[in-house]
Amino acid sequence: MANSGSLTDLTIAEARDGLRAGRFSAVDLTMAHLHAIEALNPRLNAFITVSHSKALAQAQAADAALAKGDYGALTGIPLAIKDLFCTAGIRTTAASRILEPFVPPYESTVTANLLRDGAVFLGKANLDEFAMGSSNMTSAFGPVENPWKRLQDQDAVLVPGGSSGGSAAAVAARLAMGATGTDTGGSIRQPAAFCGLVGVKPSYGRCSRWGVVAFASSLDHPGPFARTVQDSAIMLGSMAGFDPKDSTSAERPVPDYEAACKRGVKGLRIGVPREYRADGMPAEIEALWQQGLTWLREAGAEIVDVSLPHTKYGLATYYIVAPAEASSNLARYDGVRFGLRKDGGELAEMYGNTRAAGFGPEVRRRIMIGTYVLSAGYYDAYYLRAQKIRALILRDFNDVFAQVDALLTPTAPNAAFAQGENMDDPIKMYLNDVFTVGANLAGVPAISVPAGLDANGLPLGLQIIGKAFDEETVFAVSAAIERAAGFTALPQIRAGQ
Amino acid sequence: MSLDPATIRRIASLSRIRVEEDQVESLQHELNSILGWIEQLNEVNVDGIEPLTGGAQMAMRMRDDVVTDGGYPEQILSNAPDRNGEFFAVPKVVE
Amino acid sequence: MTIYAIEGSTGPWEVVVGLEVHAQVISNAKLFSGSATTFGAEPNTQVSFVDAAFPGMLPVINREAVAQAVRTGLGLNAVIHKVSRFDRKNYFYADLPQGYQISQFEHPIVGTGVIEVELSDGSTKSIGVTRLHLEQDAGKSLHDQHPTKTFIDLNRSGVALMEIVSEPDIRSPEEAGAYLRKLRSILRYLGTCDGNMEEGSMRADVNVSVRKHGEPYRTRCEVKNVNSIRFVMQAVEAEAARQVEVWESGGTVVQETRLFDSNRGITRPMRSKEDAHDYRYFPDPDLLPLVLDEDWIAGLKAALPELPDAKQARFRAEYGLTPYDAGVLVAEKATAAFFETVARGRDAKIAANWVTGDFFAALNRTGATIETSPVSADNLGALLDLMADKTINGRIAKDVFEAMVETGKTPAEIVEERGLRQVTDTSAIDAAAAAILAANPDKVADYRSGKDKLFGFFVGQTMKAMAGKGNPALINETLKRLLG
Ligand SMILES: [Mg+2]
Ligand SMILES: [Zn+2]
Repeated sequence: MANSGSLTDLTIAEARDGLRAGRFSAVDLTMAHLHAIEALNPRLNAFITVSHSKALAQAQAADAALAKGDYGALTGIPLAIKDLFCTAGIRTTAASRILEPFVPPYESTVTANLLRDGAVFLGKANLDEFAMGSSNMTSAFGPVENPWKRLQDQDAVLVPGGSSGGSAAAVAARLAMGATGTDTGGSIRQPAAFCGLVGVKPSYGRCSRWGVVAFASSLDHPGPFARTVQDSAIMLGSMAGFDPKDSTSAERPVPDYEAACKRGVKGLRIGVPREYRADGMPAEIEALWQQGLTWLREAGAEIVDVSLPHTKYGLATYYIVAPAEASSNLARYDGVRFGLRKDGGELAEMYGNTRAAGFGPEVRRRIMIGTYVLSAGYYDAYYLRAQKIRALILRDFNDVFAQVDALLTPTAPNAAFAQGENMDDPIKMYLNDVFTVGANLAGVPAISVPAGLDANGLPLGLQIIGKAFDEETVFAVSAAIERAAGFTALPQIRAGQ
Repeated sequence: MSLDPATIRRIASLSRIRVEEDQVESLQHELNSILGWIEQLNEVNVDGIEPLTGGAQMAMRMRDDVVTDGGYPEQILSNAPDRNGEFFAVPKVVE
Repeated sequence: MTIYAIEGSTGPWEVVVGLEVHAQVISNAKLFSGSATTFGAEPNTQVSFVDAAFPGMLPVINREAVAQAVRTGLGLNAVIHKVSRFDRKNYFYADLPQGYQISQFEHPIVGTGVIEVELSDGSTKSIGVTRLHLEQDAGKSLHDQHPTKTFIDLNRSGVALMEIVSEPDIRSPEEAGAYLRKLRSILRYLGTCDGNMEEGSMRADVNVSVRKHGEPYRTRCEVKNVNSIRFVMQAVEAEAARQVEVWESGGTVVQETRLFDSNRGITRPMRSKEDAHDYRYFPDPDLLPLVLDEDWIAGLKAALPELPDAKQARFRAEYGLTPYDAGVLVAEKATAAFFETVARGRDAKIAANWVTGDFFAALNRTGATIETSPVSADNLGALLDLMADKTINGRIAKDVFEAMVETGKTPAEIVEERGLRQVTDTSAIDAAAAAILAANPDKVADYRSGKDKLFGFFVGQTMKAMAGKGNPALINETLKRLLG
């Protein structure tokens, strides 16, 4: 048996081969990760719930399946599941007090697909409450620490990004080989960039939303985190697929994403949206972006300047649409059928008390904004206008994708920041999603790939955006960036250290 | 469009979120700053643009009229904060 | 046409009524989930995680519910919208698990249509239908099971409803009743709603305002969830009278939601709806536009049954019935079918008289329905045949019919068993008539001296002597001869 340090360092692809070749067992692999969680989770707080015994039982079942040669794409691979995916018999909290006691009697479609393919679930990963945030500071179960450290300031506790911060921290620190996340405005890609990981937001409709606690239905996208592009392709291949239980699920076959990673970029036209060149973008991010374009050109792609004229309005549009949908989606948390209840006289008081005690400040703020923009007299000025601008943003993407095969942009306007920074003003925090939110509004696929480090030694990501349902090209470009970047830096806090 | 304290209280009540009197002012400040930032959308000319509701560009699929679900009251009731036999229970409502 | 008005101290007031009818769609499964819709199941047994709005649950629409709405729209001569959309109507209520109702606000599946109603004075009136839309029902709150708690049963949560909204064209309680009866009749013909108001599968929200003749509309109030046609008529009257009193005493009617208290015959404000005027409708992002295929709609249209208005017109043309009789006979599909079986190949007017007269009376008396009636349409037809071929006379037929109601036997069996065949033997009639004349010499003398009316007495006595079985025409003939 290999030592646990090296087992937790394997990629999913390597572990898959090792398991099939019998070099180690699924129980070994799961135990190595459970030990790593035991050692590091008290500090990182990446998991809200660790499903120790279930994970071991799944690993034993995986070993039995491997012995029979009856394995799936992920048999025996230990994963972290964002605590927004309902998991049968395992508490699912959405990182909110209001769902603290909730144990779903059902399994989300995405996690059921992973289980079908043999995956092992280590536990439920921390997140911003109801996925509302970009720092994992809004979780009712406490913040998550980013396993990366600033070279110059080792004491600063950095955020992993959000909302899927626990998923990102767990994969970066080698507490899990991969993780599920959800991306509503950048909640997979931004934490992937902050933690030096690959994060995939597939096309809208590619991964079922059934059984995923809703934040903003028209913007929520389940997707994977992994340490390599190939690993994320393996995971997405399992998570994706048509689901008749989700009316917005696309009835399309799932292509071989792993194969697409090997395609190369020769002859592809890569667009550079000029509006992403935001004022005040740090020089090192600008430089990395140029570096990425150079890599792609050297790999045989053609670089084209393009325009997405409504880019600058994406974030404000998002901050109408997402809270509006959230204000309605979160109305079901009323203390009647599940979750927290705070009694107090009449029904209306019970509602008010339950929701004031159950929701944290950011969630309450967004519910109130959403309620306001939908309310009588304001609907046209806010919500309807935002929907029209959303149509213009989609039109921008459609126009651009008539000219190019994919776009290359930075993922986030900055590297990971410290807990407490950007907290004084909600809008400062919202700006984290400025480059990612467009793909959510348009429903097109996008991947963040780690491409370099900033002067502090913190990872930076590049984002590849593609045409709707053309994840294959996005994987091909991402893999090309990954090969050229040769990103090998490791977070300071990780299993085996 | 700037929110006054009465509007804050009305939104809180519509949202069924209890807001204490001493929270109104800070909420007013936060929500107004977000709404002020959103005002930038007024620059965009949206004349003649059809609103876009969602990310999926297709028509709706329909399900067959077959009973495929339900019949598990215990699972439906198992998370209830308060129940009475086979019913959910809430503070008495006067219609 | 009689004009209904409320007489106030300041003169007559016109009543303006619009109805919003919630009709439960007949379907096996719910509108957006796969759970069952049967009435009367144990609490919370016909509930899925979708209906109870558990986290992450999503709606998927039922094709048959959509088809039923389209059929109903076609039956109301209404516009079918090929593209419609679902919106969320947001409000908090204990039996509304999602915190919103999925409904159709801006783009309903069915647009304007019309319903023709017949009134008691013989006039007809067209009442406009503004729209029909599909939406989910809520669960049920039980307020009287516990001293301090309300109990919630979600069996009904998510069942498909059609909300059918009328124009404010209704001007009296009678018109409101006629509209509801006609609408219910159309729904039952179509098989899209069973119209059973006791079980709650049809409920009406009654919008009432009053005005002086020629004025624009004044403020209306909505009386919610009235569950019988009689109560709707009473609610219109009570609410209109209340509003007249408010206006005439110098007050102002405020727009509000009210409830009808059928025990006291008054309306009162509904507490739980006090602040529910801001529903924050917006398109449901879990659903996509509902796009209907033209051929699919055409297929539904081709398969529609004959509807009450068409049937009534045909009954008048084909059977020569009066508008009233035709209207009564087509009100229920089963009645119309019963009548047609009786009338086929027979005198349709006699058939109509028997069905609307003795037959309906027997149903009323015994509490039976057409479906459970002891007298089948074939047997009633056979009774008419026995009269037509003079096996029995009309008086005996009434007795035979009563025996049919009691025993369920065929008329032929009853006639045979009881020896009720009409006597056409002239010697028997001669003998009976002669005996009556012989027994009443003074009356014979009176008759002959001019008291013509006594002829009826002799006929009656002769018939009585023959136990009712004499042929009435032959008795007349014989008496005339003997007295002449
Ligand atoms: Mg209504
Ligand atoms: Zn309704």
